[in-house]
Amino acid sequence: MTRDDAVTPLLSVRDVTKRYGARIGCAEVSFDLYPGEVMGIVGESGSGKSTLLNCLAGHVPPDGGKVIFDTRAEGPRDTLSMSEPERRMLGRTDWAFVHQHARDGLRMGVSAGGNVGERLMAVGARHYGDIRDKAIDWLGRVEIAADRVDDRPTAFSGGMQQRLQIARNLVTGPRLVFMDEPTGGLDVSVQARLLDLLRGLVRDMGLSAIIVTHDLAVVRLLAHRLMVMKDGHVVETGLTDQVLDDPQHAYTQLLVSSVLQV
Amino acid sequence: MTDDTLADYNFAYLDEQTKRMIRRAILKGLAIPGYQVPFASREMPMPYGWGTGGVQVSAATLTPDDTLKVIDQGADDTTNAVSIRKFFEKTAGVATTTRTAEATVIQTRHRIPEDDLTEDQILVYQVPIPEPLRFLEPRETETRKMHALEEYGLMHVKLYEDISRHGHIATSYAYPVKVQDRYVMDPSPIPKFDNPKMEMPAIQLFGAGREQRIYALPPYTKVVSLDFEDHPFDPSKAPHPCGLCGAADSYLDEVITDDQGGRMFVCSDTDYCESRRAAGHTGSLTEDAA
Repeated sequence: MTRDDAVTPLLSVRDVTKRYGARIGCAEVSFDLYPGEVMGIVGESGSGKSTLLNCLAGHVPPDGGKVIFDTRAEGPRDTLSMSEPERRMLGRTDWAFVHQHARDGLRMGVSAGGNVGERLMAVGARHYGDIRDKAIDWLGRVEIAADRVDDRPTAFSGGMQQRLQIARNLVTGPRLVFMDEPTGGLDVSVQARLLDLLRGLVRDMGLSAIIVTHDLAVVRLLAHRLMVMKDGHVVETGLTDQVLDDPQHAYTQLLVSSVLQV
Repeated sequence: MTDDTLADYNFAYLDEQTKRMIRRAILKGLAIPGYQVPFASREMPMPYGWGTGGVQVSAATLTPDDTLKVIDQGADDTTNAVSIRKFFEKTAGVATTTRTAEATVIQTRHRIPEDDLTEDQILVYQVPIPEPLRFLEPRETETRKMHALEEYGLMHVKLYEDISRHGHIATSYAYPVKVQDRYVMDPSPIPKFDNPKMEMPAIQLFGAGREQRIYALPPYTKVVSLDFEDHPFDPSKAPHPCGLCGAADSYLDEVITDDQGGRMFVCSDTDYCESRRAAGHTGSLTEDAA
């Protein structure tokens, strides 16, 4: 493997395990994510996808394993043994987390501009005009009109809320984005636009992303690589097209054949 | 103590153990300026919102030699001020005054006296909601973490919202401040006009009874009002002189005098206004009468 020698992985996950008492959330998950790469995690409900994502993003402390992130300043570091201020700082700068429900990721009582500006202010921006210009610029990038900047997210449609959440997360120029079912609960035409937008942003900004979803169409469009989970274990990994077109594991075969054809 | 002091009560109503507990919280608060120290707030013979926190802090601070002044919105003669003053006259038997300069302990609601305070004085604030982040982040666990990790970006989101909605920072009272470059603190609902005065020689103690928090500012602590580079902090007041004493530098109350649109602006600090009038200063209204 020449790639291993040439590039440091942005994120190296080693044996991450999370148990809920006797039950398994996810068990001994390991993988590398390289800069600019998008990885999809698919599996049925309860297969441990979201548990894994929350462990990686530092929302839930795993019971074992390592999550090594290639930080800008100090190179690869285990985020689980970092101090909490450092981890939370990563969460505001280099990391972004897009929730399935925009309401979980937005401040519903704060205007769209304030929502986008929050991360800027959290890392020290103190110039109102600059913050506002940047917020309007980002609203434009996610196809929200500039005159909606002072409206609250409660006045937005579901698709707009989701786009606003994406703008709010990407405004500080993160390098790694965690997405938990970003298109869940949206109708198909809105989903298509959102996917189009995400694909453009990922490509333009050179983002790395981990996308958890049960929608195979989403990973087909966005993900370079795929990881299939069942009962907390990774049952199959590989290039997206390879896994979807030639599934090896029985569960993956079931998953792929379960998709309804229109 | 005077004879009409209630004999069945301990000095200043609270028992000595309670006062020790409160004093420990006060000392901790003074050691960590701006940090909210939890304390076991007692049931006081008055409703929450009437100054139960301030009263407990005053009770723990008072000594028999002290002279107490109580103000409510700057005035010595409003219900809240009168009843708390009477309360300590009865339970502690301390001397009371309305003169800022003569007082050693001043309990206040919503104002800082206009006269400069000295190193020999203690200013006790009544605080309804001690947590400056409360209306932005409802979870106490989360706000504590934000204080601990100095994550105060959210406070600026509130100011951002003000500007985007009103064109300027419309927060006019309880204006958040940063204490000694560390903790963001709610200065209790004083008008932002009073914020610059908080860097003062007197000790400032803040008591929130219902929320069970005490915090404090030692003398000469650095207190900076939060703002944006392009929207700097502005300690505004009504652009008028006082109608009674002509003072142009004091914080003013607007008083509606009739239903024809008539109004007058008078000092909210009654002691300041009265002493100025006693010294011969007049305003537009007192000149007409004379």
